[in-house]
Amino acid sequence: MFGYALRRLILAIPLLIGITFISFLVIHLAPGEPVETTVGESSTQSDAKLRERLREIYGLDKPLHVQYWNWVTRLARLDFGRSFSPDARPVLQKIGERLPITLLLNIVELLIIVTLAIPIGVLSATRQYSTFDKITTVFVFVGFATPDFWLALMLMILFGVQLGWLPISGLRSPTWEYLAFWPQQWDFLAHLVLPILVATFGGLAGFSRYMRQSMLEVVRQDYIQSARAKGLPERVVIGKHALRNALLPIVTVLGLSLPGLIGGSVIVESIFAIPGMGQLMVQAVFERDYPVIMGNLVIVATLTLVANLIADLTYSLVDPRIRVAARRGRR
Amino acid sequence: MNRGDLLRLGGLLLLVVLAGCGSEADTVVDAGAGQGGGKPAYGDTYVEALQGNISGLIPNVLSDGPSFEVASLLYNGLVKYDKDLILKPELAESWQYSRDCLDLTFKLRRDVRWHDGQPFTAADVVFTYETMISPRTPTAYGSDFKSVDSVQAVDPYTVHVRYKHPTAKALQSWGIWMLPKHLLEEAAREGKLREAPQNRTNPVGTGPYLFKEWKSGEKVVLVANPNYFEGRPYISRVVYRIIPSSATTFLELKAKGVDGAKLTALQFKRQTEYPAFRKAYTKYQYAANVYVYLGLNLRDPRFADRRVRQAFAYAINKREIIEGVRLGLAREATGPYKPGTWQYNANVHQYPFDPAKARALLASAGWTATDSDGFLVKNGQRFKFDLLLAQGSDEGRKVSEIIQSSFKDLGVQVEIRVIEWAALLKDFIKKRNFEAVILAWGITPDPDQYDIWHSSKTSPDELNRIGYANAEVDDLLEKGRGTCVEAERKKYYDRLQEVLAEDQPIVFLYFRDGLPVVSSRVRGIVPAPIGINYNFNEWFVPLNLHRYTAG
Repeated sequence: MFGYALRRLILAIPLLIGITFISFLVIHLAPGEPVETTVGESSTQSDAKLRERLREIYGLDKPLHVQYWNWVTRLARLDFGRSFSPDARPVLQKIGERLPITLLLNIVELLIIVTLAIPIGVLSATRQYSTFDKITTVFVFVGFATPDFWLALMLMILFGVQLGWLPISGLRSPTWEYLAFWPQQWDFLAHLVLPILVATFGGLAGFSRYMRQSMLEVVRQDYIQSARAKGLPERVVIGKHALRNALLPIVTVLGLSLPGLIGGSVIVESIFAIPGMGQLMVQAVFERDYPVIMGNLVIVATLTLVANLIADLTYSLVDPRIRVAARRGRR
Repeated sequence: MNRGDLLRLGGLLLLVVLAGCGSEADTVVDAGAGQGGGKPAYGDTYVEALQGNISGLIPNVLSDGPSFEVASLLYNGLVKYDKDLILKPELAESWQYSRDCLDLTFKLRRDVRWHDGQPFTAADVVFTYETMISPRTPTAYGSDFKSVDSVQAVDPYTVHVRYKHPTAKALQSWGIWMLPKHLLEEAAREGKLREAPQNRTNPVGTGPYLFKEWKSGEKVVLVANPNYFEGRPYISRVVYRIIPSSATTFLELKAKGVDGAKLTALQFKRQTEYPAFRKAYTKYQYAANVYVYLGLNLRDPRFADRRVRQAFAYAINKREIIEGVRLGLAREATGPYKPGTWQYNANVHQYPFDPAKARALLASAGWTATDSDGFLVKNGQRFKFDLLLAQGSDEGRKVSEIIQSSFKDLGVQVEIRVIEWAALLKDFIKKRNFEAVILAWGITPDPDQYDIWHSSKTSPDELNRIGYANAEVDDLLEKGRGTCVEAERKKYYDRLQEVLAEDQPIVFLYFRDGLPVVSSRVRGIVPAPIGINYNFNEWFVPLNLHRYTAG
C-alpha cells in the first residue's frame, strides 16, 4: 500500500513537469503580452522604450526555454514570483487572499450536495418509476439545463429586488465595519446564501443522478438478492449492503472534484461580485499575467494529481477486492 | 468579462492624465427627476459601483480606469480641467508663460498639506517630474515631459519650467498627480514605485479624501479629508464596490445597494423609465470622450481612392446606427473632436445618408460593372472586403451588420470577422494586415492628435494604423502642437477638421453618450461639459435624507 502510494507520487513528478511545460508554452503562444496592459494598451504617451524596459524587467526579452527554466528553478525553491500587474505583488499573496472565500463557498457547496444527493439518489433508485423518482428526474433535467447566470439573476430579482430579503451581491454591506459582532456574521452569511444556492443547484442534479445510477446497478446484484433472501430487513439491505457498494464510484467523482474546490466558478463569482479565485484567474488571463496564471495552474495540477491518488487509495480502502487484487498482482 | 466595453470595441484609450477630469462633457440632466435643493450637511456614505478591480494606488504607474477614478479623490495636480474643459490652477495658485512659450512659472498654494500632515512644496513638484522622466519608472506618461529642458524649485512655493521648444500640451502635462517626495524618494530611485507600500496599503496624496481600506476585488473605502485645502468635503465616506457584471450592478441599483453607477444604453432607455426608479435616482447624459469609426486600410489601392471613402460615408446611415445600436444615445461624429468643445468645428463637409451619391462616387472611381450577384466589379475583381471587429462587443457587431447590409445595397460585399481583442491587435492591426475594421478612439480634452494622423507615426507600435499621409495635415498637426496660444491653435485645428472631413481617412460614425445615474438624495451635482464628477467634494446629502448614519 505504502509502496504503491510512493510509486504513484514519484510518477507524478514528470507528469507535473509536463503539464507546466505545455501550459507555459500555450500561454505564451496566446497573442498579446503583459507589457500591453501595463503600458495602457496604446496610449499615445507610451513609447517603445518603456515597452522594452518592461520586457526586460519581466524577463520577456529572453528566449522561451530560458524563461521556462528560470521559472521552474524559482518554483523549485517555492518562489512563485511576482505578479506582472501594476501592483507587482507576490503571486502567493494574491492567491492567498482570494483562496479562503472560494474554499469556503465550494466546501459548503460540496457538503450540501453530498448530503442531499445521496439520499435523493438512493430514494429514487429504490423507488424507481415512482412519483418521487419522476419528480427528481424532472428536477435533474431542469438543473442540468438551467444556466447558472440566468438562475442567479432570477434569484437576485426575486429575493434581492422584489422581496428584499437578501443582499444581491458582494460579501459584506457597505456599513459592515459599524455593525456589532453577531450582526456582522449574520450579514456575511446572508450574502452567501444566493451564491451557494446557485452553485449547489447544478451540482446537485449531476450528483444525485450518479448516485441513482450506481444504486440501480447494485440492487440488481445477486448478493442483494441473497441478503433479502436471508431475511434481512429492507433498511439493512439498502442502507448497509447496497449503499456501501453504490458509494464506490461516488468516491472517485468526489476525489476528482477536489481540485475544483480551489478553482472557483467564474460565472458565480463574477455575477455575485465575489472576489475569489475564479475572478483572479480570469483577470490574470485577460492581462496575460503569466506568473499568476502559472502559479494557479501549478496548484490546481498538483491538487488534481494528489486528489487522483487519494481517490485511488480510498478506493482500495473501501473496496476490499482492490486490495486483494493489488496484493495478488505483486506476487 | 472584466474589461470595459470600450477596450472590447477595440478602443484605444488616449489616457487622460488629469486628475478628476473623467471623460465627460456636454452634459444634459434628465428632465424628469429634479435635482432638489436642501441644506448642505456633513456625513453619510456614498456607494459607487466600479466595473473592475483597481490595480494600485499610485496612479502615475497605472493605466486602468477604475484606478484613476479612485485616485482622482486621493491626489491633485498643479492644474486641472474645470467643468468647461478649461485648465484652471489646482495645487498651483497661478502660472505664467513667457512670451516665447518657453518658460512656464508656477506659484504654488501655501496651504496644501499631504495626508500625513507634511506641507506640499516645490520640492515635491521637482520630485514628481524627476520620477516621471526616470527610465526606471514604469509609467506611460513620461513622454509628456519630453520637451522639458529643466525644472527648478526657485523657492519652496515657486517652480520654474524651461522648455526646449514651444509645447502646446505643456500646461496640461502638469495635471499629473503630485507624489510626496518625503515618502517615495527611495522607492522612486530604485524604480520600485509599484512595490512601494503606498501603492497597496497607505497612499498619501493631497486630495479631498483619505485612503481607508482596499479589499482586493471587493471594495475600496475612502474617508473625507478634514484638512482639504478647498474645505472638508460633505460626504464623509466613499465606498467603491467592485461589481464586474453590469447586470448585477443594475439590480443593485434597483435594490438601492449602490448610489451611483453607469448604465448601458438599453438600461438607460428601456429599463429605468418607471416611477420608482425615477424617484430614487437622477439620470445624466453627456457625450463621452469616445467615438466609433470604420477604419479603412489606405494601403489598399481601392481605399486609397478618396472617392471610395466618401462613397462609404454617404452610404452609411449614421442616424440609423445611432438609433439601432445606441437607442439614440450617441451623437453623430463629423470628425475626431467632440461637439461642444472649443476645438470643435461644425462647418465641415457633412455626409448625410445618400445612396445615389454614393453610387455615383463609386462609378466615378471606376466601379461601374456588376457581376451576376449584383456586386460591383472592376478589372475582373469583385468589390469585396473583410470587416474585422473585436470579440465580445455587442455594439461593434450591430454596427458592422448595419454597414454590411447598406454596403450590399451599394454592391459591395462585406464579410464580418470577429476576432479576440489581443489577437486582433497583434496579428492584424499592428501588422497592418487588415482591409477594414470597426474600432473606437478615446480622445483627450486637448486637441493634439499628432500620433493618430501624422504620416510619421505608421510603424507597428504606432497609432496611424490606416497609413494616412497628407502633407497639409502633417503641417497643421506640427503647428498646432508648437504654440501655447489657444486662438492660434484653434485656427489650425479648424482647418484640420475641414481636411479630415473632406478626406474621410476613416469614416467617423458617432460619439457615445456616458450614462451615469446617482441617487436622488445626493445634492449639489451640477452637470457641465466635463460631466458630473468634477465637483464631488461639493456633493452633499441633506441631513433628513442620510441613509448611512455610521461614519
